[in-house]
Amino acid sequence: MEAIILQILNGLDKGSAYALIALGLTLIFGTLGVVNFAHGALFMMGAFCAVTLSRILTLSHTVIDPTQTDFLGNPLKVQVPYIHDIFGQATGDAIIDWAVPLSILFAIPIMIGIGVIMERGLIRHFYKRPHADQILVTFGLAIVLQEVIKYFYGANPIPTPSPEAFRGSFDFGAALGFDPNVIIYPYWRLVYFGFAALVIGAVFAFLQFTTFGMVVRAGMADRETVGLLGINIDKRFTIMFGIAAAVAGLAGVMYTPINSPNYHMGMDFLVLSFVVVVVGGMGSLPGAVLAGFLLGILESLASMSVVIDFIPGINQVIIYLVAIVILLTRPRGLMGRKGVMED
Amino acid sequence: MGILEVKNVGKRFGGLQALGNVNLSVAENSVHAIIGPNGAGKSTLLNCLVGKLIPDTGSVMFDGQSVLGRAPHEINQMGISRVFQTPEIFGDLSVLENMMIPCFAKRDGAFEMNAITSVVSQKDVIAKAEAMLEDMNMADKRHMHAASLSRGDKRRLEIGMCLSQEPRLLLLDEPTAGMARADTNNTIDLLKQIKQDRDITIAIIEHDMHVVFSLAERITVLAQGTPLVEDSPENIKGHPKVREAYLGETAH
Amino acid sequence: MFALDKKDARLLLMVAVLTMLAPFILNPFPAGSEMAQFNAGYPDLMQRFVIFGIFAIGFNILFGLTGYLSFGHAAFLGVGSYSAVWMFKLLSMNVLPAIALSVVVAGLFSVVIGFISLRRSGIYFSILTLAFAQMSFALAYSVLTPITGGETGLQLALDDPRILDVAASATGNIPVPGLFGLEMRASTNLELGPWVFTFNVGYYFSALIMLAAFYLAIRIFRSPFGMMLRAIKSNQQRLNYTGLNARPYTLAAFVISGMYAGLAGGLMAAMDPLAGAERMFWTASGEVVLMTILGGAGTLIGPVLGAGFIKYMENIISKINESILHQWFYWLPDGLEDFVVAMIYPFIGKGWHLTLGLLFMAVVIFLPGGLVEGGQRIGRMFGRKKSEEKDKPSGKTTPAE
Repeated sequence: MEAIILQILNGLDKGSAYALIALGLTLIFGTLGVVNFAHGALFMMGAFCAVTLSRILTLSHTVIDPTQTDFLGNPLKVQVPYIHDIFGQATGDAIIDWAVPLSILFAIPIMIGIGVIMERGLIRHFYKRPHADQILVTFGLAIVLQEVIKYFYGANPIPTPSPEAFRGSFDFGAALGFDPNVIIYPYWRLVYFGFAALVIGAVFAFLQFTTFGMVVRAGMADRETVGLLGINIDKRFTIMFGIAAAVAGLAGVMYTPINSPNYHMGMDFLVLSFVVVVVGGMGSLPGAVLAGFLLGILESLASMSVVIDFIPGINQVIIYLVAIVILLTRPRGLMGRKGVMED
Repeated sequence: MGILEVKNVGKRFGGLQALGNVNLSVAENSVHAIIGPNGAGKSTLLNCLVGKLIPDTGSVMFDGQSVLGRAPHEINQMGISRVFQTPEIFGDLSVLENMMIPCFAKRDGAFEMNAITSVVSQKDVIAKAEAMLEDMNMADKRHMHAASLSRGDKRRLEIGMCLSQEPRLLLLDEPTAGMARADTNNTIDLLKQIKQDRDITIAIIEHDMHVVFSLAERITVLAQGTPLVEDSPENIKGHPKVREAYLGETAH
Repeated sequence: MFALDKKDARLLLMVAVLTMLAPFILNPFPAGSEMAQFNAGYPDLMQRFVIFGIFAIGFNILFGLTGYLSFGHAAFLGVGSYSAVWMFKLLSMNVLPAIALSVVVAGLFSVVIGFISLRRSGIYFSILTLAFAQMSFALAYSVLTPITGGETGLQLALDDPRILDVAASATGNIPVPGLFGLEMRASTNLELGPWVFTFNVGYYFSALIMLAAFYLAIRIFRSPFGMMLRAIKSNQQRLNYTGLNARPYTLAAFVISGMYAGLAGGLMAAMDPLAGAERMFWTASGEVVLMTILGGAGTLIGPVLGAGFIKYMENIISKINESILHQWFYWLPDGLEDFVVAMIYPFIGKGWHLTLGLLFMAVVIFLPGGLVEGGQRIGRMFGRKKSEEKDKPSGKTTPAE
């Protein structure tokens, strides 16, 4: 029982990431009708926004500290981050410590910018092209983006820790009345889950309660008609692409303390996120979220040792198996709409 | 007993009753037109006949056999060929190749691999296809890319492709939609010619009264998913209910 | 010739001549010269040209003709490699049974995957194939380690049974793959002045198989079956309403292309008897898609060109380094030289993948028909000029159709 609860909890953070990426994929697919294979790269770019900000914050200059000497008796040279000069040492250190959450503010404008440039510069020209062309061009873009990141940041994962305050673990077991130290869960993962829920909620609220969202939802249902009403749907779709990019980017920013970012993390998540979208139902936002969490938890449950002993290797393939079964039994996915990507 | 018997067919989309209790009998070797205002359920009915939709209630019998629950290609094998509102042809293939595909398709539609012999060596199929192109008056266009044909030629090609399967029932869905007057008249002449030369039943869904009254021997008027009347063209013209429901609107 | 029409026969002949003379054509620079490192006429690379050529030709039968975009074809390549290595381990070092088994196993595997995946089309089909390939990769990497060698890959060992062959060669080493005693790795060098040309058994063996595969592809393209496949790509709805079920045709195309991939995988193992799970990774599937698109999907020669082009570029571009760039641009003023080198540097050497991605995008955006279309466009540009010149003296014009 304890083990199952623990695995469900473990599945939540991966599920959150799947859900956020799948949400953006679905938004782009539903509104623009484009299959975006570069969406994983946007997730990765978000993660590297966090890396970049923490590097900017720790930019240092060398000062000679007369109070200290090295072993030869010369005054010691120490690296002092510029941020200490601006805010003083204590505040400066706190800011550096909180680099990852601060990156959210940093990443939003950057990711929206990247998204808008991508849509205006490239994706726009592919609305009328076959899906195969869309897949191929965004696939090429994904390769380019990840190679650019590799060029600037190298191939190795870059550890990006969470703030000191979240480094411990929360003893869920004790809170729920089980034995202590059985179900422990890192604080940061709780934060990630909460953050994901918040972002998902914000996106839904935005679509539900604003006129902008209403037009976009109408556009998802029937693009041509909305266009006929004289509403400039293209401009809204550009913004929508920016928002989807920001959602993927934020998922990446907050994921950095869980898994040190590397240049190919986007591709790893992309393949699974596509599977998530298909399971949830192409074009269905609630479906994407539901399937994201569902598959994250399933993957986590399948990696329990009891299960692996029973069916070896199941943890590696469970998501794909579920996708295959769903696609064959419910062609439209769990919550797919009729008429989306049929034939 | 007609070749096509539609009994009590109903179809509902969510809250909309698209078809309610349609009864229709198409006599063998006749030309039967189905007319009705927009949203009368003409296209839904047609889709139920060819297996694209499955009706909620009722039965559709073709030559004594039910078509319900069969895939479109199986229904086609029973002897029903369909001409679409916008011509559905193989745009990437040449006109001759377009005509060869149905000639290859045996009536039973059996899968034939035939991956090693060359297309060019299939003399009998080519001869059959060229003869049909000749009939359709398109022999000079045989090497053109099908996508580059004019609308009227695409329509001819499509009708030719359907005919080369030697169907017993030819279904036409607004065959002259979006055509210029001259093309429309050509299509009417072509259909008259076909009727004259072959033992074939033609069921036609049409908006254009000129086409309907030039061709049809029997007319069914659909309104709001149910047949209003079924009669000969002469009687339909003067029928008060039809005038009210349909002709009055289009002012023909 | 070979029951092909003139144009196809000429194409086949051209490819045959090019592959047979490849050791000369690909070695234009004298050995020991500055440019010798850009020679591509060494066995390892030439083998890759033809093997990936086979892979792409097969992929094109599916994607080029039916339009079904599979993102999982690398799985069949991997399965082919594993089967071949197992044949070397268990039966003999003769490449023929190994390759035969590769084709058969890949064929069976593709029947299963194709049967399920082809129940959907469009993007769903792409994702299903991707899912299957990733599943195969994950399993080959972990649970199936006894069969696949897991992370280290499947290798030959001295204590393999090899029931029809020796377990170890006379010198006590692991024997090498061969064809009735003719070792695949055997090479002869021909020295002509400063030039050195290498003729490798494995290359010629693979090249002959590629020619056979290419010939078969031409026959399929020109057959009624091929026409049916093009009809599926063009308008599946009309095909259904012509009384034909598309699925057996697409499945047949899928299995044929899977067997081509298996053949390529088997040949890879025959050239170098080991197999690893990374051959099944989805980037490998992406690579064959790229080759086909780059060359020109749906054309006969396109995939061969694409495979050759990409493997050649990969080889050349990854070899260029900073000092070579400096040599090239030494004639520029110093500051400008550094600037130009700095601008180009990210795209060469380890930056090959960046160039590849950009190339990929450029082809899809500007040249959806690939190199073949590019060639045709250039040809037409010159052709028009020529015909204009021809028209002038006669003064006649033919009416346009």
